Amino acid sequence: MTLVRDLISQGVQMLLVLALAPLLTGFIRKLKAQLLRRRGPSLLQPYRDLNRLMRKDVVLAENASWLFRVIPYITFAGTWVAASLVPTFGSGLLFSWSADLIAIIALLGSARFFLALAGMDVGTAFGGIGSSREVMIASLAEPAILITVFAIAMIAGSTQLSTIAEFMGSSAVGLRVSLGLALIALIIVAVAENSRIPVDNPATHLELTMVHEAMVLEYSGRHLALIDLTSELKLLVYVSLIACMFMPWGAAGPGTGVLAHAVGAAAYIGKLATCGVLLAVFETSIAKMRVFRIPEFLGAALMLALLATLLRFVSGSL
Amino acid sequence: MHGLEFDVAHLLAGSLVLASFMLLYQDRLYALLNVYALHAFVLSLSVAWQAFVQHAPHLYVTASIALIFKAIIIPVALHRIIVRLGIHREIETALGVGLTMMGGIGLVALSMVVMLRVTPGADPLAREDLAFALSVVLLGLLIMVTRRNAVSQVVGFMSMENGLVLAATGAKGMPLVVEISVAFSVLIAFIVIGIFLFRIRERFDSVDIAALDRFRGERR
Repeated sequence: MTLVRDLISQGVQMLLVLALAPLLTGFIRKLKAQLLRRRGPSLLQPYRDLNRLMRKDVVLAENASWLFRVIPYITFAGTWVAASLVPTFGSGLLFSWSADLIAIIALLGSARFFLALAGMDVGTAFGGIGSSREVMIASLAEPAILITVFAIAMIAGSTQLSTIAEFMGSSAVGLRVSLGLALIALIIVAVAENSRIPVDNPATHLELTMVHEAMVLEYSGRHLALIDLTSELKLLVYVSLIACMFMPWGAAGPGTGVLAHAVGAAAYIGKLATCGVLLAVFETSIAKMRVFRIPEFLGAALMLALLATLLRFVSGSL
Repeated sequence: MHGLEFDVAHLLAGSLVLASFMLLYQDRLYALLNVYALHAFVLSLSVAWQAFVQHAPHLYVTASIALIFKAIIIPVALHRIIVRLGIHREIETALGVGLTMMGGIGLVALSMVVMLRVTPGADPLAREDLAFALSVVLLGLLIMVTRRNAVSQVVGFMSMENGLVLAATGAKGMPLVVEISVAFSVLIAFIVIGIFLFRIRERFDSVDIAALDRFRGERR
């Protein structure tokens, strides 16, 4: 019985993240447009874009290898699996025992690795620029997020996300400066990984400043639809990750009834909306950085994460 | 042991270390002074919390000295000195930012390893404060080493002294804390004036204030 319930919970979670991911992106776009006093596209525009791209033909470059055609599916699968492992409305997920936070980061990292390969596959200049920049950002962001994970795992005593979420929801957390530092580091990394504004502009049409967009410039049709959906899903994964670790209120525990899960789902949508508003305000109030300043920005995240680990080490060894 | 008292003390002392890192990271003089004011403000909060926890009213005096002198008067005075001397506003650093930050993290780790090893029998609050205080002191030294500008070296020195105050308040039953703090404040005021005079001499080849008047007269 427990197995069936967990299986249903897992299935609902996987469908929910897939359904909500374009909505979150649409919400942020709408809000950003309204902050700039424009009307902005409808909330449902990302769904319409995906639908349109799905029905269009794929235009492939002549020298594209099989890798180029396979990679949208690989990255989508990796990101979706990662999304299915992050507790959203409830922590009783069937798959959560099978992979921890480090595995989620590895899944996202391998998805990005394949996307960087795809950027270089056709051999155009822009794909190469995009891939090299993306890999530069990743090589700085990944140590930062791993050390952040270590700091959080030292506090919660586990790298299992559901255990961490339950620990954060309990009163055992207390007031910890390490958690604040880890949160800031995680937010910086999330901004960089999702190619949001100080690092990369998701809405840019200027090729020289593109990072993510330059990498996927050669894709079209259903491949592009999958890649767009993947990046929307990735944003949702990071927001859910922050929400489940730092805003654990309202999420249903394992073995609770339908009502608790409904409350958890409502709370989850509220958290997504809050993070979306914060991200939109942040993005409209800041300018894009020069590419050569990104290492400093991400270096700050790395330093905060290291400091969080050290401070936790002190309070833990007393 | 891990009650709210400890958590708040840990939070404030940890913020002090973070503020030291912000000092280390800054490369503009005005921003450096603002961060220094923040540093002193966090210190005064931390000392006030220690006074509350230890029921030691004399520590409130130390906290208010930190707040009034170090968080308000000295930054404002340094600000004016910079304006008046017209110093170049960007700080030249001897090392790159990344390397300096890595060195800073290394120093924090070192001070924690050292302090936690040598004080196994002490009160956890005091141990934790001592460990953070040593790292603030070492970071202050690092700021002094890596900066070439005299004003930023003064800021480094004063942040180091903030670390000493933190150490002094963390150790319970320190009767001379107020006196030590006042003494250090006087010392700092002395150094500030010394730098002031030094800069004047460098600029006008004399420490005579009349040189300033003449300079102003020329400008008008």
